[in-house]
Amino acid sequence: MSSPETKATETKATETSAEAATGHGDISTGVPNAAPTGSGDSNASATRITPGNALRPEDIALEVRTGLVKPSGDVAEYALRLGDDALILAQRLGHWISRAPELEEDVALGNIALDQLGHARSFLTYAGGALANEDGTAKSEDDLAYFRREHEFRSAHLFEQPNGDFAVTIARQFVVSYYQFELYRRLTESSDETLAAIAAKAVKEVDYHRDHSAQWILRLAGGTDESRKRIIHGLKLVWPYVGELFEDDALVTRLAEAGAAVVPSSIREDFDRLIGEVLKEAGLEVPDVPSAPGGGRSGKHSEHLGYILAEMQVLAREYPGASW
Amino acid sequence: MAAQNLQSVPAELSRGESQEQSQEAAQREADGQANFDRVMAEDSRIEPRDWMPDAYRKTLLRQISQHAHSEIIGMQPEANWISRAPSLKRKAILMAKVQDEAGHGLYLYSAAETLGQNRDKMTADLIAGKARYSSIFNYPALTWADMGAIGWLVDGAAICNQVPLCRASYGPYGRAMVRICKEESFHQRQGFEILLELSHGTPEQKQMAQDAVNRWYAPALMMFGPPDDDSPNSRQSMAWNIKRFSNDELRSRFVGMMVEQVRVLGLTLPDSEIRFNEETRKWEHGPLDWNEFKEVLAGRGPCNAQRLERRREAHDDGAWVREAAAAYAAKRQAKQSMTTKEYAA
Repeated sequence: MSSPETKATETKATETSAEAATGHGDISTGVPNAAPTGSGDSNASATRITPGNALRPEDIALEVRTGLVKPSGDVAEYALRLGDDALILAQRLGHWISRAPELEEDVALGNIALDQLGHARSFLTYAGGALANEDGTAKSEDDLAYFRREHEFRSAHLFEQPNGDFAVTIARQFVVSYYQFELYRRLTESSDETLAAIAAKAVKEVDYHRDHSAQWILRLAGGTDESRKRIIHGLKLVWPYVGELFEDDALVTRLAEAGAAVVPSSIREDFDRLIGEVLKEAGLEVPDVPSAPGGGRSGKHSEHLGYILAEMQVLAREYPGASW
Repeated sequence: MAAQNLQSVPAELSRGESQEQSQEAAQREADGQANFDRVMAEDSRIEPRDWMPDAYRKTLLRQISQHAHSEIIGMQPEANWISRAPSLKRKAILMAKVQDEAGHGLYLYSAAETLGQNRDKMTADLIAGKARYSSIFNYPALTWADMGAIGWLVDGAAICNQVPLCRASYGPYGRAMVRICKEESFHQRQGFEILLELSHGTPEQKQMAQDAVNRWYAPALMMFGPPDDDSPNSRQSMAWNIKRFSNDELRSRFVGMMVEQVRVLGLTLPDSEIRFNEETRKWEHGPLDWNEFKEVLAGRGPCNAQRLERRREAHDDGAWVREAAAAYAAKRQAKQSMTTKEYAA
C-alpha cells in the first residue's frame, strides 16, 4: 500500500498573503517563523509522484503498443484470470469507501481496493496485447473491463461474493490475501518478464493486505461474543469458494511447464499452513463446509457477477467509443 | 489526551478551590491571556498546551469539527460514482480522491481532539443532526460530469477558503491544512481534467459537462458563506487570526480564477453578470439565492436526509466492529500487564 508518508520529500515554501488565496499552481505553504513542532511530515507532498521503478499500467500499455512485449495466447488468458480476480475484488471493496465501521477502515479498505485495481489494470493491459480489436489494435484495459460480457470474464467465484457485513469482507480478504501472496511470491520467478514484474510490485502490497486481514481475524475472533459469532459465520460463507482457487487445468499446466505460471495446487500446502497458524491463534477452525464447483476460469460464474458488471459497465456502454 | 490538556482546562471546570488556589488560578489566567494576546499580536501560533480563551477554543472546535464532518459527508456524492467510473484509470483516481477525504477527516478530527473533544462525541453530534457540515454536499451528484464539476468548482472553492487557513493561529489546525491543501490542489486538477476531456469529447459529453457546471456553480460560490454584512462570526475569527480574508473577498477571488479557467475548458459559467470592477479591482458576480442557502442549511436540501442517514447507517452497522476491536485491545492489555506482574513476582 502506498502511504502518503512514503511519498514524502518536500521543501518548505513560504507565501505572501497576496498569494495565499489565489495561487493554486503551487500551494506549498508554510508559516514563517512557526517551527513545525510535532507536526511530523506536515510538509510532505501527497501529490508528488514517487521516483522509482514501480511498474505502471501505462508503462505496460506503451510496451504493448510499441511491440516491445507481446504475450502468447496462453499467457494472455492467464493474465486475464489474475486481472479479473483483482478487478472484481476492487469493485467489491470500493463499495466500502464511505461505509466502513470507522474512518481508518475507509482508508484501509480503500487502499486495498486501489492496490487490487492497480494489479488488475496491469494484468488486463498485458493480456490485451494478445487480443485484437476489430481494427487490429490491441485491446486496452478498458476494452477488457467494460466491453466483455459475463461469460468472457475469468474471475473465480470467491472474488464475486458479496461484501456481506464487515466479517464476511474480512473473511474473504483473509483467504484472498494469503492466496495472492503465495501466488505472486512465486510468480516473481516467472519466465515471462512482464508477469514477473507485475507480481513483484503486487506481492509487496498484498503482504500488507495479509497483515490487515490477519489482524482483523484475531480482533473479531477475540473481541466480543457477537464479533466471534460473525467471523465464524463469515468464514463459513466464503469457504465453499476456496477450493476453486487451487484447481489446476490444462492451461496452467502448460504454462507452468514453460516456467511462466504458478500451478495453483502447488501453493495449497503453504496456504493451508499459514492461514492455519492465524486461525489457531484466533481459536478458530477451518470451516467444515462442502466445496462449490466453481467454474469461473472457464466463464461459468456466480449469479453475482452480472450485477457487478451491470453497474461497472453502464456508463462506458452508454457512450461507446467515448474517451473519458 | 487528558493529561496533555490539564494546563488549559476551561475556567468553568476548575471550581471548589481554596482562596489561595483561586488566586493562583487567576494569576495563571492573566499570564495566559497576556501570552495569548502577544501571540495574536505577533501573528504567531497557539499550541494545544497553551492557555486560550474559552470562546477561541469553542470557535475553533466548531470550525474544525464542521470542517471534518464536511470531509466525511463529502465522501458520499463522489463515492456514488466509484462503481460506475467510465474507465479504470478514472476509477483509480476517484477512489484515491475519496480516500484522501477520509484522511482529511482524520487529520481534522485529530486537530479538534487537541482542543479537548473526542471523535466519538463529534460523530455522535453529526449523526444526531446537531453538528453542521458544508451544505454543498447536500446536492446530488447526478452524472459523471459532476465528478469533474465537484473537483473543479467545489474543491476549487475549498482551496480558496483553506489556503489562508494554513496560517491559522491554532497550530494543529494550520498544519493539518497544509497537507490537506496539497491534496485538494490535486483534486481540483483532476476535476478540471475530467471536464476538459468531456468538453473535447462528443457533443453529448460536452453537454454533460456544461450541465454539471451549471448546477454546481452557484452552490460553490455560496460555500464561502453569507455576504460580509450577514456574517456575524467573521470579524472575531479574523481578530483571532483564524480567518484571514472575508467571505466576499474570497468569493471574488474565486470568481476571477474560474473566469479564466472556464475559457480553457471551452465551457461557460451560468452567470451573465460576472465582471471585473476596475474601481474596486475586484471580480463581481450575479446575485445568489441566499434563501436557498438557508433552506439547505436548515436541513431542507435535496440530500440532507440521505447523507445523514448513510453516515448513521455506516456508524451503527460498524458499532459491533468497534466494540470488538476495543474489547480485544483491552483483553490484550490485561494479559500483558498480567504477564508483567508474573514476571515481577
